[in-house]
Amino acid sequence: MKKSIITVVGKDTVGIIARVCTYLADNRINILDISQTIVQGYFNMMMIVDTSAAEKEYGRCADELEELGNRIGVQIKMQREDIFNSMHRI
Amino acid sequence: MLNIFEVSETNKMIEQENLDVRTITLGISLLDCIDSDLDKLNEKIYGKITMLAKELVSTGNDIEKEFGIPIVNKRISVTPIALVGGAACKAPEDFVSIAKTLDKAAKEVGVNFIGGYSALVSKGMTSADENLIKSIPEALAVTERVCSSVNVGSTKTGLNMDAVRLMGEMVLKTAECTKEADSLGCAKLVVFCNAPDDNPFMAGAFHGVTEADAIINVGVSGPGVVRTALTKVRGENFEVLCETIKKTAFKVTRVGQLVAREASKRLGIPFGIIDLSLAPTPAIGDSVADILQEIGLERVGAPGTTAALALLNDQVKKGGVMASSYVGGLSGAFIPVSEDQGMIDSVTAGALTIEKLEAMTCVCSVGLDMIAVPGDTKASTIAGIIADEAAIGMVNQKTTAVRIIPVIGKGVGETVEFGGLLGYAPIMPVNSFSCEAFINRGGRIPAPIHSFKN
Repeated sequence: MKKSIITVVGKDTVGIIARVCTYLADNRINILDISQTIVQGYFNMMMIVDTSAAEKEYGRCADELEELGNRIGVQIKMQREDIFNSMHRI
Repeated sequence: MLNIFEVSETNKMIEQENLDVRTITLGISLLDCIDSDLDKLNEKIYGKITMLAKELVSTGNDIEKEFGIPIVNKRISVTPIALVGGAACKAPEDFVSIAKTLDKAAKEVGVNFIGGYSALVSKGMTSADENLIKSIPEALAVTERVCSSVNVGSTKTGLNMDAVRLMGEMVLKTAECTKEADSLGCAKLVVFCNAPDDNPFMAGAFHGVTEADAIINVGVSGPGVVRTALTKVRGENFEVLCETIKKTAFKVTRVGQLVAREASKRLGIPFGIIDLSLAPTPAIGDSVADILQEIGLERVGAPGTTAALALLNDQVKKGGVMASSYVGGLSGAFIPVSEDQGMIDSVTAGALTIEKLEAMTCVCSVGLDMIAVPGDTKASTIAGIIADEAAIGMVNQKTTAVRIIPVIGKGVGETVEFGGLLGYAPIMPVNSFSCEAFINRGGRIPAPIHSFKN
């Protein structure tokens, strides 16, 4: 399994999770965990996903999520989990 | 499992504090390209570099995208060309043809610098070494991406003062040859003492002869991250200060280690070392000077600067060493003037002089770096500055280097603009008393004694 982290940060609005999840479902990216908070009106979400069944190239998915974020008015990033593990786990 | 705070901490470092991997440098041995026919030699060099480095830039870009961490530079270092070209090159012009080949290969594979137009002459010079050194001014003027370095001394061999004198002349000549571009050639020329074989940072990178055929070395960065961490412990004692730097250096280096391992796996080339250096850029907030000021100095250059830098350098190493399986290169804090906005401001404010910078180089990772001086500085004075710096390295068993730019046609009070990562610099005054008789003695300064340390 290749785990990745998707982060969504921006101003809260209706349907953010729905639209991100629709994209993930369409691209066969499986969601393993979601955590979400709202700090001072700002939406902050982290998803742990599994991209191993995805057909598109990793870089393309990352780009498309970023574009989706631009359309909704939030910042969306998808990064491999390893960068966070290497920094925060010994 | 990871939590949202850890994830946003990492992304904040990347987005707001300029955390990046400064360079993935592919070291390539050219020893198997040696040929007595110059044309064949050039052909083999071009062939080997373009074959091995074909995927370097695209692999770097893929890793950057997938992990979401900027990898600022992809570069190449090669075996010192004085060794590779010795059999084929009978005159300095012959060496220049190799420089052109390196430049062409660098452009073909898309790297922004290629290092290793170098000679190792810490004890003596062969005729090939001498020819290469004499070719440096032209080589740096006719090429764009080639970087040159010369090692003029070591703790084990002492200082080759003939080479020091020659390098004083060559630095000035390089400045002359590139005067149309504000003597930019000198920004690509480093004079070392105790040069490391596995340094990934330009302009001093070369692939040492003790290295494998090809190797991946990675330089990390992150002055902005360290500085931000320190803003949270203002007024705390040195124990807290040191712990904070150490923890931050650990985190930064772990990212470098990950990228190095990943690049090595994807390119099928062994991982060499991580260079732990804190490397500043002219970008706001990406400054080593800002860290020193956050530690408690009004300006870099104030009394206490050397102690603060010593502490910073040591804690960066302590934190970084645990984060990586192999550490090498220059590993420490870089203090270039033109590439660090805080340093530039300190020079402009009159807080920082060449003499203070020299003291700082005793406790940091390299030496007098990216310092612009008046264009009418004498060659012997430049050689004197090189000798002083090399002596510090020789006696203290550390790497030191000089990258000084006598800007032709400009004087103290003016500024020089190099552009990009090289930044800009105010021209600093140089002590005008002569050291000509000292430099002209010729010969070597013997190696220092290693016992009776007290």
